[in-house]
Amino acid sequence: MARKIRVLIAKPGLDGHDRGAKVIARALRDAGMEVIYTGIRQTPEQIASAAIQEGVDIVGLSSLSGAHNKLFPKVVQILRERGAADILVFGGGIIPVNDIPALKESGVLEIFLPGASTEDIIQYIRDNVQE
Amino acid sequence: MSDRIREELERWEKTTLNKAVSKSPERQPSFQTTSHIALKNLSTPLDVEGADYCRELGFPGEFPFTRGVQPTMYRGRFWTMRQYAGFATAEETNNRYKYLLNQGQTGLSVAFDLPTQIGYDSDHPLSDGEVGKVGVAIDTLQDMEILFDGIPMDKVSTSMTINSTAAILMAMYIAVAEKQGVKSDLLQGTIQNDVLKEYAARGTYIFPPHESMRIVTNIFAFCKNRVPRWNSISVSGYHMREAGCTAVQEVAFTLADGIAYLEAAIQAGLDVDTVASRIAFFFCCHNNFIEEVAKFRAARRLWATIMKERFKAKKEESCMLRFHTQTAGCSLTAQQPDNNVVRVAFQAMAAVLGGTQSLHTNSRDEAYALPTEDSVRLALRTQQIIAYESGVADMVDPLGGSYVVEALTNEIEGKAVEYIKKIEAMGGAIQAIESGYIQKEIGESAYQYQKEIEANKRIVVGINRFQMEEKPLTDILRIRPEVEEYQKEKLSRVKKERDNAKVKETLALLKKAAQGTDNVVPPILEAVKAYASLGEISDALREIFGEYRQSN
Repeated sequence: MARKIRVLIAKPGLDGHDRGAKVIARALRDAGMEVIYTGIRQTPEQIASAAIQEGVDIVGLSSLSGAHNKLFPKVVQILRERGAADILVFGGGIIPVNDIPALKESGVLEIFLPGASTEDIIQYIRDNVQE
Repeated sequence: MSDRIREELERWEKTTLNKAVSKSPERQPSFQTTSHIALKNLSTPLDVEGADYCRELGFPGEFPFTRGVQPTMYRGRFWTMRQYAGFATAEETNNRYKYLLNQGQTGLSVAFDLPTQIGYDSDHPLSDGEVGKVGVAIDTLQDMEILFDGIPMDKVSTSMTINSTAAILMAMYIAVAEKQGVKSDLLQGTIQNDVLKEYAARGTYIFPPHESMRIVTNIFAFCKNRVPRWNSISVSGYHMREAGCTAVQEVAFTLADGIAYLEAAIQAGLDVDTVASRIAFFFCCHNNFIEEVAKFRAARRLWATIMKERFKAKKEESCMLRFHTQTAGCSLTAQQPDNNVVRVAFQAMAAVLGGTQSLHTNSRDEAYALPTEDSVRLALRTQQIIAYESGVADMVDPLGGSYVVEALTNEIEGKAVEYIKKIEAMGGAIQAIESGYIQKEIGESAYQYQKEIEANKRIVVGINRFQMEEKPLTDILRIRPEVEEYQKEKLSRVKKERDNAKVKETLALLKKAAQGTDNVVPPILEAVKAYASLGEISDALREIFGEYRQSN
């Protein structure tokens, strides 16, 4: 039997807009994945620690406050520093398209913008995580 | 009369309608509003049969205010056009305010950045990446002086979206006004000061609910004496709606919060009528046009009834639900952003037909970033076109009397009453939030909405129908990353130049008030005047009140 994909959905920074994060967490759960949602106001440090402790395959970061350029790469960096570079990181939120190349260069695998469907995200995770 | 209509309706259904539908069926087997209220194909006088016009609708400016809070509504004066604005530094935001006022905006609305809203200075580690992003960064009184430089505070009314740190920002506003020679009893404006919805949806809480409610009631008491023309709270449904709840839930949860604030005020020994007349409300206006118009009318009537029956308000004014409206941010799409202009125009029109007192229209590019100057101007022009060209402002409650609008108004009110009863049975809004009930209801509605879109049961133009290849919008507002450094430098300069002994002393007095039962607002005002920073004042209160942690 295939192992369940484990996902951490996290809200880095001070942003309290959690509608998207919660909807995605629930959609992934309904799609059969094991999902941990951190709640709001998490530091990159806390998110990386939770990802390692929970042994997740992939982390989804959500920010609508414009802090993504600083906070998303930090999560990737801390994971690498702790020898957990195999944990994948993707993100979403209110993110200007021009910011995406630099985010990808920093190691964030994919960015989903407003209007993305939960189906797209589910498919993306299945395609990128080894079951 | 109604027997004849009933007979005729039945005849029409059996003959004309039946013939049409059997030839070509309706688009859907059934229709409903976003709050899942079933819609029939035609409303008639039968839907409002037995209605008591004078009791249920009455006249504008009179109880139960269904038709509006002022007798003349926009024939007297248009709603206040108030664009929520703030970004980067006080210097840049001050320029935007002057621009907006020059363009014909009639009130200011301050957006603060998240550190300011959550009580952290720009140099706090948790502020990293957030400084000046969703609003203007305010660390000390000096920033506030810059923000309102050259703006006549005795003439312009200012609304501030500030909750956990509302007392601090209001104190700064009062202190700056004093420096302009404007006494606090002349100041007009609003602080949001609605912490309950922060736990339920928006997330900028600091202290536990009980301590937060103490600050809220301290603010009520302070305003009553010192800033009598100020709205000391704006009970907000907007953020719960944006987080996903329906129109009915928005009315119910907002009014339930309103009840909780009044109960707290009464417990704190305040008089209902004094507090109630300074309570304002804040709603969202979403896409479903008729439902939204009905929602505003229902909210007005229901609040009036609650005030009269439950709180035994003596003054008519206490029963008036006065509200600000913002169009629905969550309805904006990143795809084909020009379409947002049209969405915003319809939503704004519904808010006006619903009788709003002030209005913010969102800008076309807000699914990408904070709006550019051009986009904000277009959003403001949208309001001006509704006001000056559409003609709807020349009549009071023009949709009143429409069978379907009245029927929906009744239905939304009835369903909101059911929710409020349920919340009351739990012990009130604070308990309903602490138990996670409200959050769960909001989350459930948000998930249903998304599922409906993905199943194509709900069409969003450009998202699941009428998509097209397009270049993403790149001409957007950027917050320079240097803002954070600049803000930190300004703060450290103030900290060097101020009288630090005085700061210490005022903070100690604040802590003493917080520990006891004295009103915390006067010592906050003293601390602010001594240039204590927002973070320092918040930390003093954290020390006494503790911090709230969300459980998931």
